[in-house]
Amino acid sequence: MLKRRHSDSEVVAITVDGVAVEARAGESVAAAVLVSSSEATRTTPVSESPRAPYCMMGVCFECLMEIDGVANRQACMVQVAPGMRIQRQLGARDLRGAE
Amino acid sequence: MTVPFDIAIIGAGPAGMAAAHEANSLGLSAVVIDEQNAPGGQIYRNVQRVIAERPEDIRILGTEYACGNGLADGMQSSGIKHLAGHMVWQIERDGTVWCSDGNKAKRIQARTVVLATGAMERPMPVPGWTLPGVMTAGAVQILMKSAAMIPDGPVVLAGSGPLLLLVADQLIQSGARLAAIAETTSFSHYLAALPKLPKALSAMEYLKKGLQMRRRIKASGVPIISGISGLRINGGAKATGITFKAGGRTHTIAAETVLLHQGVVPNTQASRQLRLDHGWHDTQHYWYPKTDVFGATSEEKVFIAGDGAGIFGAMAAEVSGRLSVLQIASHLGVIDVAERDRKAKPLFSEKHHHDAIRPLLDALFPPPAEILNPRDDATIICRCEEVTAGDIRKAASLGAPGPNQLKAFLRAGMGPCQGRMCGLAVTEILAAALGKSPVDIGAYRIRPPLKPLSLAELADMDTDPGTVTSSSL
Amino acid sequence: MPISTAHKNYDVAVIGGGMIGPALAIGLAERGMKVCILDEGDDVLRVARGNFGLVWFQGKGFGMPRYVEWSRRSAKLYPSFAAELKENTGVDIGHANPGGLELLLGDEELAHRRHFIGQIYQQGGGNEYEVEFLDRKQTESMLPGIRLGDEVVGASYSPIDGHVNPLFLLRAMHTRFQQLGGTYLPHHRVSGVVKNGQAYDLQTAAGTVSAPKVVIAAGHGLRELGPPLGLNIPIRPQRGHILVTERTQQILPMPMSAFRQTREGSIMLGVSAEEAGYNDMVDTATIAKIAQRAGRIIPALRNLNIVRTWAALRVLTPDKCPVYQESQSHPGIYAVASHSGVTLAAVNAKVASGWIADDPAPEEFEAFSSERFNAQKTA
Ligand SMILES: Cc1cc2nc3c(=O)[nH]c(=O)nc-3n(C[C@H](O)[C@H](O)[C@H](O)COP(=O)(O)OP(=O)(O)OC[C@H]3O[C@@H](n4cnc5c(N)ncnc54)[C@H](O)[C@@H]3O)c2cc1C
Ligand code: FES
Repeated sequence: MLKRRHSDSEVVAITVDGVAVEARAGESVAAAVLVSSSEATRTTPVSESPRAPYCMMGVCFECLMEIDGVANRQACMVQVAPGMRIQRQLGARDLRGAE
Repeated sequence: MTVPFDIAIIGAGPAGMAAAHEANSLGLSAVVIDEQNAPGGQIYRNVQRVIAERPEDIRILGTEYACGNGLADGMQSSGIKHLAGHMVWQIERDGTVWCSDGNKAKRIQARTVVLATGAMERPMPVPGWTLPGVMTAGAVQILMKSAAMIPDGPVVLAGSGPLLLLVADQLIQSGARLAAIAETTSFSHYLAALPKLPKALSAMEYLKKGLQMRRRIKASGVPIISGISGLRINGGAKATGITFKAGGRTHTIAAETVLLHQGVVPNTQASRQLRLDHGWHDTQHYWYPKTDVFGATSEEKVFIAGDGAGIFGAMAAEVSGRLSVLQIASHLGVIDVAERDRKAKPLFSEKHHHDAIRPLLDALFPPPAEILNPRDDATIICRCEEVTAGDIRKAASLGAPGPNQLKAFLRAGMGPCQGRMCGLAVTEILAAALGKSPVDIGAYRIRPPLKPLSLAELADMDTDPGTVTSSSL
Repeated sequence: MPISTAHKNYDVAVIGGGMIGPALAIGLAERGMKVCILDEGDDVLRVARGNFGLVWFQGKGFGMPRYVEWSRRSAKLYPSFAAELKENTGVDIGHANPGGLELLLGDEELAHRRHFIGQIYQQGGGNEYEVEFLDRKQTESMLPGIRLGDEVVGASYSPIDGHVNPLFLLRAMHTRFQQLGGTYLPHHRVSGVVKNGQAYDLQTAAGTVSAPKVVIAAGHGLRELGPPLGLNIPIRPQRGHILVTERTQQILPMPMSAFRQTREGSIMLGVSAEEAGYNDMVDTATIAKIAQRAGRIIPALRNLNIVRTWAALRVLTPDKCPVYQESQSHPGIYAVASHSGVTLAAVNAKVASGWIADDPAPEEFEAFSSERFNAQKTA
């Protein structure tokens, strides 16, 4: 749903649901994901309704995503870093098999 | 011996940065803690990087935005410690502040605390506001500032407040495609605002700027529809546009991105967690922690500066940051009362000047009743737990005396946002349903952590006093 | 003093809308009495909102065999109590009775627990006491898919234990009470009770309410209300902290006194006990300790986010056992004070209410009298 007005800044390679995505240095994870697709970034644990970032400033918690294996992080508050693995969260997280 | 900081400043926006400057110039030791990676707060977000890497964008983001650069640079070159990327999750009344860098929880000891945690946009519960594709106007402004991003595809903006037209204007200049702007403000609000004019010296200037902006937007071909009501967002898996009533007919506007805005309100999570005394703003319908002219609160060691104590804007926030540090310095015996007053005098008159515009803005942009107390029972109020306006009214009829019992009955306010999104609406809906004033209804109790914290961090932290102090940083 | 809006002719006025008041009030209303509940406002000490949600049997009743039986009786009444609430109000209180575990870290905790449970068993004079000890392997087999921390040596287990969603229980009881014709009066904090002919006047800032019978189920409020009415019941606040995680898939098949997973998926972690007077502010070091212990018992919990914590003040009698007492100087005024109001909700609704309605007092009630504290003092 978003596009970049400049694309000359440094490329940061990340993956979103296993798919390679080119982000730019300084972007938040939420911003990078919204450029790559306009789909929901999570579904709720209550009714699995689709959600996406709403406030981009850390207050609504709609941007919760799994980042580098850690679930429920605020994607609008985390900057992209090379090699970062980002995962959409569908419903409630599962602890089974976690250490 | 561990030496506590004189001041822990929470928030590195205009209020926090100005407080840091003042502390530095008075020789007080201070630490500034902010969850963002760079100083600036909401208004000056990412300003240093924009100026360094894409200065041409200042034309769009505004010269006022560029002003933040001086504050940010100044803070960084001073001796003030800045813990960037640190989320504060617990503040104690004695000056102990707990924060986390995302991996490790830390304890910071200070003699006093200045909360400069600012404002947030008023959540705007309308049918469909949880759909992907719906954001706040401020969210898109953050994207423009922090990542030079704009919506791809048609955009519609809805609501009211100074920020709505500003963001529209910035989007047009950035090349975004605007389908329309739908304002809940109507001509009657302009009429209501007129009597407030003489009090505000800067008001004429402000109105002139506003009119210029409207003209520019209209000249670019984007329709502005005023006095709208019955706003709802259309779409199934994502937003496809909005429908509303205006001028006696129903309008539907297609868009891929819907931007909502209804003014800003103090973010009271921290002040509530400290159980400070709060008041209710009757025209703007928000809670604010009660402060005196220096930002002192009902807790001796806790001060509040900036929009967190009431919405007065960035310039006033800077001044209030300085004022609270002056008072702290006099409490700590660093300056005497005479010097405090000498230094405070020009600041008070500056603050007075900035505050003069508020009555006009308050009258111009009153939050509409249908946002405060949505009539449609199916409207989601608590986004996290998916509690509707109808659920809340039903609980009220059961005798829930206020938000805390309601939380117990419905889980509203128990999700990850901890009531930030639903708190104001829950108070308003209960007040309307029970025929009471918001003050009699009250607000959610807020407890730590201010934001979710991993169990591992909590378990592994060093609870010893004085873990991070002025000497150990 | 104005008469509170058209509320007259009650048979019973119950002071307190927490866990105990509504349970008794439902029972009284079911017996055909006209009942009102007078309650405080919103931002108050209401343990009913701050508790853990266990319907717990094991370990209860040390020093008082009657309390062991009373807890068992309530746990057994729970399935039908929950079903009745659901049928009538549509609110599912999430009651489940899968048995409960108390997980033990290290041999010292195990020995201590064995000794404690053994004492309760013995005081029952050889009667059946449904608590057994499991070793680590047996404990693991009860918790499939969960890796226990290395220090876990075993657990005590009781098939009687279970849990509910205490908040939905509160809502269901309030709904049921009103369905039965009861009147709920929030913002009616009672400042005093005075005799007025055949009845008692309950004074509140919102007006006076009268009834021939009065039940004080006011939690900590009993400390002020009781003494002028001849009810000198020594209760004290004891602070307990609870932590709540974000929602996850169901992983805990049964409650374990320190943790339980709610039907919604969040995991509750508890529970500390501190003497802190009436201070219910959260203490950072205490929540850190709870988190540490949780991580030692089930390491996977360390991955979860804590979204909320709170502290609530238990209502404790000196022997931690309940008090059900009618005033001798003011007949018709009853006081009920106890911890474990969730566990006892079913028996309060079904049995204890009869004591107030003039059924003969259940035989337990001699043991539950507050006279026991006077006796201890003089002895
Ligand atoms: C989305 C948005 C857009 C806006 N756009 C404009 C605009 O274009 N023009 C305009 O004039 N005004 C705008 N405003 C209003 C303007 O931002 C405020 O008037 C001004 O920022 C107030 O300054 P402050 O220092 O009080 O707060 P802020 O600038 O908000 O600074 C508060 C800081 O505290 C930090 N913080 C908060 N909680 C924690 C915590 N628990 N731990 C660590 N750090 C924390 C935040 O990250 C932030 O950096 C906007 C407001 C919002 C919310
Ligand atoms: S988008 Fe609102 S918290 Fe991240």
